[in-house]
Amino acid sequence: MSAAVDSIAPGADAGPAGVPAVGGPGQGQDGQGRSQGAGAQSPLLEVSGLSMRFGGLLAVDSVGFEVRRDEVFAIIGPNGAGKTTVFNCVGGFYKPTAGSIAMDGADITGLPSHRVARHGLVRTFQNVRLFKQLTVLENLLVAQHTQVESRLLPGLLKLKSYRAAEAAALQRAARWLDFMGLRDYANREAGNLAYGHQRRLEIARCMITRPRLLMLDEPAAGLNPHEKQDLQGLIDRLRREFGVAVLLIEHDMSLVMGISDRILVMEHGKPLALGEPAQIRSDPRVIKAYLGEE
Amino acid sequence: MANSLRNALMAAVLTAVIVTPVFGLQLVRQGARTLMEPRWDLVALACAAVFAFQLLRPWLARPFAGLKLPTLPAAPTGGRRWVPALLIAAAVVWPFFGGRSEVDIATLVLIYVMLGLGLNIVVGFAGLLDLGFVGFYAVGAYTYALLYHWAGWGFWEALPLSGAMAALFGFVLGFPVLRLRGDYLAIVTLGFGEIIRLLLINLNWATGGPDGISGIPKPSVFGFEMARRASTEGGTTFHDLMGWTFNTQHMVVYLYLMALALALVTLFVSNRLIRMPVGRAWEALREDEIACRSLGLNPTRIKLSAFTLGAMFAGFGGAFFAARQGLVNPESFTFIESALILAIVVLGGMGSQMGVILAAILLTVLPEVAREFAEYRMLLFGLVMVLMMMWRPQGLLPMKRPHVELGPGGQAREGESAPAGAVP
Repeated sequence: MSAAVDSIAPGADAGPAGVPAVGGPGQGQDGQGRSQGAGAQSPLLEVSGLSMRFGGLLAVDSVGFEVRRDEVFAIIGPNGAGKTTVFNCVGGFYKPTAGSIAMDGADITGLPSHRVARHGLVRTFQNVRLFKQLTVLENLLVAQHTQVESRLLPGLLKLKSYRAAEAAALQRAARWLDFMGLRDYANREAGNLAYGHQRRLEIARCMITRPRLLMLDEPAAGLNPHEKQDLQGLIDRLRREFGVAVLLIEHDMSLVMGISDRILVMEHGKPLALGEPAQIRSDPRVIKAYLGEE
Repeated sequence: MANSLRNALMAAVLTAVIVTPVFGLQLVRQGARTLMEPRWDLVALACAAVFAFQLLRPWLARPFAGLKLPTLPAAPTGGRRWVPALLIAAAVVWPFFGGRSEVDIATLVLIYVMLGLGLNIVVGFAGLLDLGFVGFYAVGAYTYALLYHWAGWGFWEALPLSGAMAALFGFVLGFPVLRLRGDYLAIVTLGFGEIIRLLLINLNWATGGPDGISGIPKPSVFGFEMARRASTEGGTTFHDLMGWTFNTQHMVVYLYLMALALALVTLFVSNRLIRMPVGRAWEALREDEIACRSLGLNPTRIKLSAFTLGAMFAGFGGAFFAARQGLVNPESFTFIESALILAIVVLGGMGSQMGVILAAILLTVLPEVAREFAEYRMLLFGLVMVLMMMWRPQGLLPMKRPHVELGPGGQAREGESAPAGAVP
């Protein structure tokens, strides 16, 4: 299995140019990022002054943060803190009321979601959104739509270029199925998979689009402790082998603390604290927000 | 007992409500005057009959307790490879031995097959409810009619342009409209179909208004006319060329074969489309638009491609229709026609090409066979629909999704699967 993975690993499949493919998790990486330089050291995603108002409700109130390349950045906070709204704004599903979002220097504020995705910013959903009646394999083929031969005539006439593109798409899908351990389920309907497998398939479906920033909305929800462990390992591997940065919303504290490089805490739509896991854990404001006042 | 009494009472009241306007308030003409003559005795009789029947139903039903409603046979699974080839061969050979009127009806069936397969792309594959499909059919028919009328074009030159014109209309309409979803889309497309028809009626100077355009020539055979006499001086007709004596049956068979060819092309193309990336994208979009967008698929573009391609086939069908009838007028393109085509798709099984073909045959041939019951046609139509929804809501031949399968060695393999819940 690992041989198959190596062949798709850095460069061949994942790496958009300029992204450092290797980089260890932990402090060293963080230290580098803090001395924000130009070029490759500039942040991948920059969100500043983001506000989102629904009628009289200010769901997100001037939130700003940066996600560095090859970093796992988590947003946590109590229910209703506005985490998913931030996600929806960044992903182009909502048009923010104020603020700006830039991906690798390019302004993507207010772009429709399918154009945001083409900037290399792909997400999963809180409630898994697979194409349930399509097979597992087809879910991965659909995700490659922007990369395959989608003109009509070559396909109608089964021209060589079309067949080659289809075969390549199939190969890529097969390698991702191997990577996720889903090969045995390739021809099953996605809706019939076990929940944990559906979660993995959704992540694979994102990864096959070759994103630069993977946004995971509560990926551990509904997983058993064993699967959560696997998920942590998986996120780590994706970041190391494919050089993808991860923006994460999660309630499971052991996962968040174990995997994140930096954490943003939100409460009532406002940013409460931003820092490394150790700082966050001991921050009195965060403790107050989660546990209430003594 | 109290329960069944209450039931019977309710049923009787409902009967009264329904029956009163039909039987109770009868209009009788006396010379120049129209009188309203209430027939309360009839209403009372109907109510009494229903009341008695409902009250006694538990006893009446007892002898039938073991009786089961007939069920439709399960859809056949996995066809053999030679079956389609055999069917096509039979369809090609058959008209040479068939009677004139049968071949004519078969040609009509094939037009509906073409339209059904076209709409199937929009409704079945992409899941967009289009109630104005007949509008594109009209655009195709009038494109040929107008090109002939104003520029003297023949069928074969006009055919591609008819398709292109209908596709263009589909594209232009679809652009603003496809942001809408479900019911809203259905209403707007319904309106569009009507707008086209009204335009055709009111643009008198160009389209001939309600009278339409007549004298449209039938298709030629490689440039040779199929008529008793050549329309131009010194022209050669097809029967002269072949050394046959002229027979109107030839034209009927020729039209049939052409319709067959067009229907087969439609079948082939839609069959390929569903296996191509664009087909997969249609299905994915039908399932979850938000997920599609999150993966970078542009929903408007993908929907537009389905809408445009569907409209194109309607355009081809329209051009052929105009050639076959020899005359087009707006009456042929009413909403009922859209409803009929949609019924073909739904009855056959949305997304199922074989189902659409079967339904097109049923819904075209049955009314022809049962001409005596013409008055009750819509009634029977409704009854069939209700029964279908009870027995097999997913259609006569439920869609079996063709899909690529991953073989053990990583190579592609063709597979088919019935959708979940397809087994009744």
